Amino acid sequence: MIAWIGHHLTALREALRHLAAAPLNTLLSLLVIGVALTLPTAGWLAIENLRTLTGNTPGVQQISIFLELDAGQRERGEIESRLRQAAAGSWHFVPRAEALKRLQESEGMAEIIGSLPKNPLPDAFVVTPADSQPESLEHLAETFSQWPKVAHVQLDSVWVKRLDALLRLAKLVVMLLAVLFAGALVTITFNTIRLQILAHADEIEVAKLIGATDSYIQRPLHYFGLLQGALGGLCAALLVTAGSHLLTPPVAELARLYGADFTLQSLSARDFGGLAAIGGGLGWLGAKISALIHLRGSR
Amino acid sequence: MITANAVTKRYPDGHEALKNVSFEITAGEMVFLTGHSGAGKSTLFKLLAAIERPTAGSIVINGQNLAALRKSAIPYLRRKLGLIFQDQKLLFDRTVLDNVLLPLSIVGHPARDAPRRAQAALAKVGLPNREKAFPIALSGGEQQRLAIARAVVNRPAIILADEPTANLDAESATEILGILRTFQQVGVTVLIATHDPLILARLKPRILRLDKGEMSEPLPDQSAAGSVP
Repeated sequence: MIAWIGHHLTALREALRHLAAAPLNTLLSLLVIGVALTLPTAGWLAIENLRTLTGNTPGVQQISIFLELDAGQRERGEIESRLRQAAAGSWHFVPRAEALKRLQESEGMAEIIGSLPKNPLPDAFVVTPADSQPESLEHLAETFSQWPKVAHVQLDSVWVKRLDALLRLAKLVVMLLAVLFAGALVTITFNTIRLQILAHADEIEVAKLIGATDSYIQRPLHYFGLLQGALGGLCAALLVTAGSHLLTPPVAELARLYGADFTLQSLSARDFGGLAAIGGGLGWLGAKISALIHLRGSR
Repeated sequence: MITANAVTKRYPDGHEALKNVSFEITAGEMVFLTGHSGAGKSTLFKLLAAIERPTAGSIVINGQNLAALRKSAIPYLRRKLGLIFQDQKLLFDRTVLDNVLLPLSIVGHPARDAPRRAQAALAKVGLPNREKAFPIALSGGEQQRLAIARAVVNRPAIILADEPTANLDAESATEILGILRTFQQVGVTVLIATHDPLILARLKPRILRLDKGEMSEPLPDQSAAGSVP
C-alpha cells in the first residue's frame, strides 16, 4: 500500500517536473486546451442565463380566462370550483371594475376609458399553472375554453414555445460543440504525450531494461495528461469568467432599458471544479490512449 | 543458477545467431563468455535478460524458465538481475545519484531510505562524492562504475555484464573487473561477456566460448584457475 502510494507520488512528481521543464510548451498547450473548452462553456453559460431570464419573466406562464359579459356570481362560482377540481395551480379573480381601474391608471388610457359609455371589460381569472411545460399550458387553455360562459382564453405561450424551441436548438449546438472540442482536447493530449514519449525514449528504454513495469512507465504520462487537462479546464473557466465580467455592465444596461432587472450569472466555484474535472478526465483519456499506442512496441 | 539447454536463436531473416547452445552456471560463480564479435555473445546476453526470446531450447534462471515467461512477469525477472550494458545506457540528463536512484524507484523502495542506499552503492564502486555530477562529466572508467552501481543497487543475485571493459584503458579495465570480483566474493553470480584476450590470459577464469553461434567446449585447464603454470 505504501509502495503503491509512493509509486503514485513519484509519478505525480515526474509529471510536474515534465510540465515545468518546458514552460513555454506547457503554457501554449494550456492556452489551446483553454480556448477549446471556452467555446462550449460560454455557450452553456449563455443558455443557462437565457433560461433564468424566461423563468423570471412574470405573466409569461399565466393563462387569462375572460368570462362573457353577462356571466354572474353563479357562473363565477362554477368556474372557481372547476379550477379547484382541475388542480390547475393558483389563480386570482379580477373583477371587471378592478380591471377598468387598473387600465385607467396606465398612462394615456384614462381619457380613452373616460370617453367610453360603459365598462367594456369582462370579469377574468388569471391562472398561474402548477405545471409550466408549454404542452400542458396548451392543454389547460384548451380545457378552459370549453367551460360554460368562458368567452376567451388567452395564453401567452407562443413566444414561450418559440424561445423554448430556440433554447433546445442552442443546447444541441452547444452539445455538438462540446463533443467536438472534447475530441480536440483528447487529440491535443494524445499528441503532447506522443512528444513526451519521443523526448524521453532513452529514459523509458532504460527503465524497462532494469525492470520497470508498463504501469510504472505510463503512470507519469497519465498524470501529465490529467494535470494538463485540468489546468486547461481552469484556464477556460478563467477566460469565460473574464468574458462574462466584461459583458455584465452592458447586459445590465440593456435589461434596464427594457425595464427588467437582470444580472448576468457567471461561473460558480462548482463550475470551476467541474471544468477542471472534465478537462482532467479528457486529458487522462488522451494520455491513456497515446501511451497504449506509442509504448506498444517497446520491450 | 543459470541453465541453458539446447538454445537456438534464429532471426526472421534466417540468420542463426545461436545454435544449440547449452551450459550451466552455478550460484556464486564468475564466468566469462567470450568469442569474436558476431559470435553471438550479445544475442545470448539479450536472451538471458529476456529482451529477446529463444527460437528453441530453454533458459532457466533462478528456477524460472524464460521461454515460458509471461510478458507481464519480465520486469520482475529483470529486477533480480544486475544488467550492465555494452553502451551503458546512462541517463545524461540526470545526476549520478538520480541514475542510481532509478532502479530503487522502479521497485518502490521507500523514498526516504533510497538516497542512503544509492550512496552506499556508489561508494562500493569507488564513486563517492560525485553524486551531484552529471554522467557527461565522468571519465569512461567512472561512467562504467556508475553503470555498475546502478546494476547492483537493488542487490541482485546475478550480474550480467556485456563488454564492461570495452573502450577502457588496461588500468581502468582491471579496476572494473576488480569491482565485479568483489561482488562475486560476497556470493553474487557474475557472467561477463568480453572479447578482451588480455583479461582472460591474466585471470584464468572459467570461460564459455562462442564461435559462430555454437558453444565450443572450454578446455579443461581453463576451467580451473591457477592450474596453468
